[in-house]
Amino acid sequence: MTTAATTTRRTLIPFGPQHPVLPEPLHLRLVLEDEIVVNALPAVGYIHRGIEKLAELKDFQQNVFLLERICGICSFIHSLAYCQGIEELMQLDVPPRAKYLRVVWSELNRLHSHLLWLGLLADSFGFESLFMQVWKTREKVLDLEEATAGARIMLSTCAIGGVRRDLSDEQIAQVLHGLDAIERDFESFIPAVITDTTVKHRLVGVGVITQQQAHELGAVGPVARASGIARDLRVTGYAAYGELGLNPVIETDGDCYARTLVRVRELHQSLLLIRKALKRLPATPIAVPVKGNPIGEVVSRVEQPRGEVLYYLKANGTKTLERVRVRTPTFANIPALLAMLPGNELADVPVITLAIDPCVSCTER
Amino acid sequence: MLHNVTDVTVATLLDAVAARFPQGYRLITLTCVDCVDNLEVLYHFYRNYELSHLRLCVAKGTVVPSISGIYSCAVIVENELKDLFGLTFDGLVLDYEGRFMLAADAPVAPMLRTAPAQAAARNGELKMEP
Amino acid sequence: MFPFVTTILRALRRGPATRRYPYEVRPPMAGSRGHLVNEPDTCIYCGLCVRRCPAGALAVTREPKSWTLDPYRCILCAYCVEVCPKKCLRMEPSHVRAAS
Repeated sequence: MTTAATTTRRTLIPFGPQHPVLPEPLHLRLVLEDEIVVNALPAVGYIHRGIEKLAELKDFQQNVFLLERICGICSFIHSLAYCQGIEELMQLDVPPRAKYLRVVWSELNRLHSHLLWLGLLADSFGFESLFMQVWKTREKVLDLEEATAGARIMLSTCAIGGVRRDLSDEQIAQVLHGLDAIERDFESFIPAVITDTTVKHRLVGVGVITQQQAHELGAVGPVARASGIARDLRVTGYAAYGELGLNPVIETDGDCYARTLVRVRELHQSLLLIRKALKRLPATPIAVPVKGNPIGEVVSRVEQPRGEVLYYLKANGTKTLERVRVRTPTFANIPALLAMLPGNELADVPVITLAIDPCVSCTER
Repeated sequence: MLHNVTDVTVATLLDAVAARFPQGYRLITLTCVDCVDNLEVLYHFYRNYELSHLRLCVAKGTVVPSISGIYSCAVIVENELKDLFGLTFDGLVLDYEGRFMLAADAPVAPMLRTAPAQAAARNGELKMEP
Repeated sequence: MFPFVTTILRALRRGPATRRYPYEVRPPMAGSRGHLVNEPDTCIYCGLCVRRCPAGALAVTREPKSWTLDPYRCILCAYCVEVCPKKCLRMEPSHVRAAS
């Protein structure tokens, strides 16, 4: 052996944009010392679609459908954030029933998003059967979305001034019945996620960030909550969340296991919120008419499954907006991801990357 | 409506941002708005669910000091604005040199609001349908 | 070992979780937005739907009377259905296949 081999060698490994565990193209340049990651650099831009620019050309009503298509998972919550921003600008008072229905669809979105993520996480460490079981349950959530909104993913039910569809008593019964079936499924696979030795072996102590780091790097959503930051925008009480009440789910370990626990507990929280909202659904109209055009600038924020999304809207009193700015949760979690990776093995990089629940389409818009 | 907006200049930006960091403010993001004559950069912060913003108005072509030395997470959004608006940041901790979000053959600063003829000439007849 | 035996027995009793598609097709759900259709007899060719469409998928001319839909651009949002003054536009719950 030469002396060069005994000194530490650095290797540059490209991770992505095409990688078996990544549902979307994200590129990380990993600097490795032996098997340990010492540095990571992100590169995005593979699916930049220029939606912010396009939103300046469509009229403000059409933008609801455009902005919904930023993300294929939390589509409803994107349109909700946008509609709430425009409603604040136009001082529209959304009827209570619409607010409750918005909670129902938001939480259905959160349910299927967390289930999708849980399946992908299981897939990332090779637990194929868990992946299949979780996605089987996710299918039930999608069926509920189709039965209530008319589409599995692009619900298109949120509108400026309210919602576009109402739920009949039969549909409410159908959703409640569906939720019971989903909860029974949870009992069959969630113990496997949180108690299985093999799963814990891959998650506990992997990709740790401290509360201080998470705060300074601006982490949001389950990543921040898994590091002990009790921050969930739903407690600010937008839509009907103020009346339904909830406490942010937090864990303190800051590793991939804590992130899993946060999302698993949020699954139960979502079930509870949907049931509460359906039980208290007020009998009012579902939308108010929209007259005129918005003017002024506003920041609207809501909690997505992956964390906080920020919409900055600037309107000038015409039909088109001057600026639509979207800061999505994954964009905010990238610095946290880069802080998690150093010190971990290359084999753990896919798990850590998935544990932040990356949504690259959101990130690049 | 936007509340808690403080106007800053290129000279006072870094002090204003540095004052927020120890107070527990978290940087949400930067927003750039093309106001035709100049560019407006908004810095969104928050603490305990309360928003607070800094507004920086600069002429196009001005070099803006980077806040990535204070808030390291600002580095990716500053690189994004550099790509999409052609803003130049001084002191970026990590500079992708305009290749963070856009590829080499992409239009230059596509988010800028320019007269359609100018944009078409610059971007080689790249059309965007309404 | 024994929990696994019960799992196997349960799986044998229940059969596969998936449907034998394409031999067995789930009927479309009521109210689903499958595809857009127009009734040419009642349509007055006013063009309101064209102005509303976020995707630019529709085209209408009054003279000669024509209403065309580009199915590859349509995003199935049903925004046009809401504005139609004669209610001649509607969403059918069945989805059309890409190759038909």
